[in-house]
Amino acid sequence: MSANLTTTLGALELSNPVLVASGTFGAGREGTAFVDLSKLGGIIVKSMTLVPWKGKPTPRMCETPSGMLNAIGIQNKGVDHFIAEDLPWLLKRRATVFASIAGNTVDEFVKVADKLRTGGRGIAAVEVNISCPNLEDRNNMFAHSVEATGAVVRGVKAALKRVPVFPKLSPNVTSLTDIAGAAIDAGADGLSLINTVFGMAIDVETRRPKLAGTTGGLSGPAIRPIAVRAIHDVHREFPHVPLIGQGGISTAADALESILAGASAVAVGTANFIDPRASMEVTSGIAAYMERHGVESVGELVGGVKLEG
Amino acid sequence: MIVSHGEVLTHKKYGEAYHSLTIVAPEIGESIKPGQFVNIKCGKDRSYILRRPFSVYRVHKRGGWASTLEIVFDIRGPGSEYLSQLRSHAIVDLIGPLGRGFQLPKRRAHCLLIGGGIGATPIFFLADELRNEGHRVDVILGARNAGLLLNPIEMRRLASVSLTTTDDGSAGDKGIVTDVLAETIERCGTEIIYACGPHPMLAAVSRIAVEKKVPVQVAVEELMACGYGVCMTCVMPMRRKRKRDEPPEDAVVYARSCTEGPVFNGAHVIWNGATDPVDEERSEPAPAAAGAREHAPPGN
Repeated sequence: MSANLTTTLGALELSNPVLVASGTFGAGREGTAFVDLSKLGGIIVKSMTLVPWKGKPTPRMCETPSGMLNAIGIQNKGVDHFIAEDLPWLLKRRATVFASIAGNTVDEFVKVADKLRTGGRGIAAVEVNISCPNLEDRNNMFAHSVEATGAVVRGVKAALKRVPVFPKLSPNVTSLTDIAGAAIDAGADGLSLINTVFGMAIDVETRRPKLAGTTGGLSGPAIRPIAVRAIHDVHREFPHVPLIGQGGISTAADALESILAGASAVAVGTANFIDPRASMEVTSGIAAYMERHGVESVGELVGGVKLEG
Repeated sequence: MIVSHGEVLTHKKYGEAYHSLTIVAPEIGESIKPGQFVNIKCGKDRSYILRRPFSVYRVHKRGGWASTLEIVFDIRGPGSEYLSQLRSHAIVDLIGPLGRGFQLPKRRAHCLLIGGGIGATPIFFLADELRNEGHRVDVILGARNAGLLLNPIEMRRLASVSLTTTDDGSAGDKGIVTDVLAETIERCGTEIIYACGPHPMLAAVSRIAVEKKVPVQVAVEELMACGYGVCMTCVMPMRRKRKRDEPPEDAVVYARSCTEGPVFNGAHVIWNGATDPVDEERSEPAPAAAGAREHAPPGN
């Protein structure tokens, strides 16, 4: 018997639970030397904005213990380019496409969502990257505010109608379940947990920050326990809300940890930089685990951490 | 572009500072071009996770060492430290060939190659290929001191005119490569310049090349996470054609060193932010290839 890897995110059915995370696999083109995109549970493409963003100056990245810091500034060619060039290309390769959208105002998010509704036929879902500075709130991140999170999700969901919407939450908050609740109340079909963790590194010789953007987002194995805790807490509070677990997943065991904490699907992120085929190895490793443990469906494992006994 | 496992054939040193690994990697060794690079996983210790990019010093396509490639590096942190300990038969996990290499002249030309410190690495591979195609090769190697000049004796064998400069005067002329660049261009009838080294050197070389109206291709060495075009961390600011009424500081694009580079047209790179004056007359997008090195590592 080979394991049945299909999983569901609400109404959405995926052929397997392993996606690639936004910003770690572009829109798929560069990865085709290594991965058959149709074999992925889905590709969450690099975030797109209303107009092209050129991104931040360099250096944009530095390595840190078991991880990396980045401050890239969502360099992208804009939603129109995605609709005209990337989406048809992805659909031709039978990829399951999660469009990731970003903006600096609620209105920008809504306009991108509008364009996807009219021009984005074929996308499976939309991930909402609310770890962006909100120009209308002194550049505080949307994801750090109950009100701003609710406003973006409400607007995006109204624009997209039946396309499932997954806000991607930031772990840098006092009460993640409050933010999650706001997103769900605003109409989120599920949640992506987690985005990168705020960090900073300083070159002691020059006494300057190692990133041109001063602070950045920490990713990689270093943040996995933070993600597992976040998934666990949100799943306990909202057991019926589908979660996409991400944050430091490099191996099948890492992915299973997030699934046992409550994720119905996972996204491999920083590991794609090191091993472009990491997502494929995670998928086959999950299948092997399921066979070894006599598990018949991914659903049996979701939230299956044993807390007592 | 493939993920491959290569076997170390030899480890040796060039001078005190530089380590060399010759790696048996047939698929990569046979297809890689000068300026392209390989991205190598450095050990099983996952406290430093990213691969390290290395430009290729030499490839051997024939004879007993056929299908091997040689990388040269100095020790900058735990990744290169790990590689420096590898000996014969060790297995390395590498991805390559990556990036766009140097564009070779289409007709026979006088080429001037400039390497700064460890940045001389891809210059040797390029010199081999240019000579094979019948071009004239002249070279300027520069470094802080004699011990940091990469294999100057071998370079003298490859080049028609071979100059060296050191900051402290311990070998060749005292000074930096650009002190002798303008007169070398005149003397050698240089028609194209290729350079690899630190940014200030590449900026100065590019400026002089533009003044002398000589095309210049530079290989940059940038921090990068992925090496194959998805992470957007290794970008270089490049001037693009200005739209009508657009302020010059807006006419900037960030090009990925790993896929659009690491070889760029030096006249198009913005070396010192958006005010850099080297921007006139840009025509074609930059040609590109590779020549990268290890990340400045955390802690050491």
